[in-house]
Amino acid sequence: MSMRPPLARARGLGSAKDGVSHFWWQRLTGLALVPITFWFVGSVVSLAGTDYAHFRAWLSHPGNTTMMILLIFAAFHHAHLGMQTVIEDYVHDEGVKLFSVIALKFAAFLFGVFSAVAVLRVALVGG
Amino acid sequence: MVEFALPANSKVLPGKSHKAPAGAKRVRTFKIYRYDPDSGSNPSLDSFDIDLDDCGPMVLDALLKIKDEIDSTLTLRRSCREGICGSCAMNIDGTNTLACLKPIADIKGDVRIYPLPHMPVVKDLVPDLSVPYAQLASIKPWAQSQTPPPPDRERLQSPEERAKLDGLWECILCFCCSTSCPSYWWNGDARYLGPAILLQAARWIHDTRDEFTGERLDDLEDPFRLYRCHTIMNCTATCPKGLNPAKAIGSIKEKLAERRF
Repeated sequence: MSMRPPLARARGLGSAKDGVSHFWWQRLTGLALVPITFWFVGSVVSLAGTDYAHFRAWLSHPGNTTMMILLIFAAFHHAHLGMQTVIEDYVHDEGVKLFSVIALKFAAFLFGVFSAVAVLRVALVGG
Repeated sequence: MVEFALPANSKVLPGKSHKAPAGAKRVRTFKIYRYDPDSGSNPSLDSFDIDLDDCGPMVLDALLKIKDEIDSTLTLRRSCREGICGSCAMNIDGTNTLACLKPIADIKGDVRIYPLPHMPVVKDLVPDLSVPYAQLASIKPWAQSQTPPPPDRERLQSPEERAKLDGLWECILCFCCSTSCPSYWWNGDARYLGPAILLQAARWIHDTRDEFTGERLDDLEDPFRLYRCHTIMNCTATCPKGLNPAKAIGSIKEKLAERRF
């Protein structure tokens, strides 16, 4: 039972003075993903049935490598911002929430960098 | 985590049934949530058959008829009976609204009446609103300025500047919107301010006479206070005054983005 006055609860620890950049990047990456996704789906369709050598040649083209890296950055950034919102909405245990957000950020970085390395390796090194 | 079922001591049980007087022709059944924390028992749903030929047209008329003539222990807030005080906000037929503005004729079948959702219940239809009131106080809902007022008149505002407050000043703080908002339900720790308070905050942010817009925005820039709003729009759908809290919250987010560029 808490005897804390409601105004103390409402004021809490004060404003975090943060949140606009989360809001802004969520929208910016969402906007960027519209054309990038169209490009990606179109590329997958046009590459259907081709062999690895053809795919490597396609991915080695600087424009395609750039677009793939942009897709990875925008998708992982957007997904991790969205998942953070979901965690903040539904997980109310402070410890579990903090652990989940940290795990989410590490996972997003790990898989994002791994995906980018995979693209660069295929595009630049091959094999 | 999220609770999908009511706790055992909050489950609503069947309650008493009150039949209509003999000879009543137009009978409607009102099913009303009853809860008395002092009794130690679970909430119940009491049933009252009301003769509509002997009752006013609004849900509040029926509630007051029940309180006056059938069960004086029925507890509810009411005052102005014309939609301006916001006291009789409750959940009627599945929607938060004001009992005084809700015609009985608009409801099909039994009239089900519950207190505003997801708030602690003081008794029957009276929710504990101390947290939303404290949240209102926390946003400083009054004009703040450094410039002294003119000695001979009030602070001036052009008609265009005044028009910016339309859709904001009409709020009567009934909290139908906040208590319909899933984000507000899930953040019961008072960190998310909810649509009613954020609309009030917008009312002062858009007031051209206020000189503390930046400080107000500083106080709202928080992942929980403001950004728990996911534009679910329940607030706008339920507002008995026809206001648009979701749009007001959007305008605060716009201002916060605007000052970065």
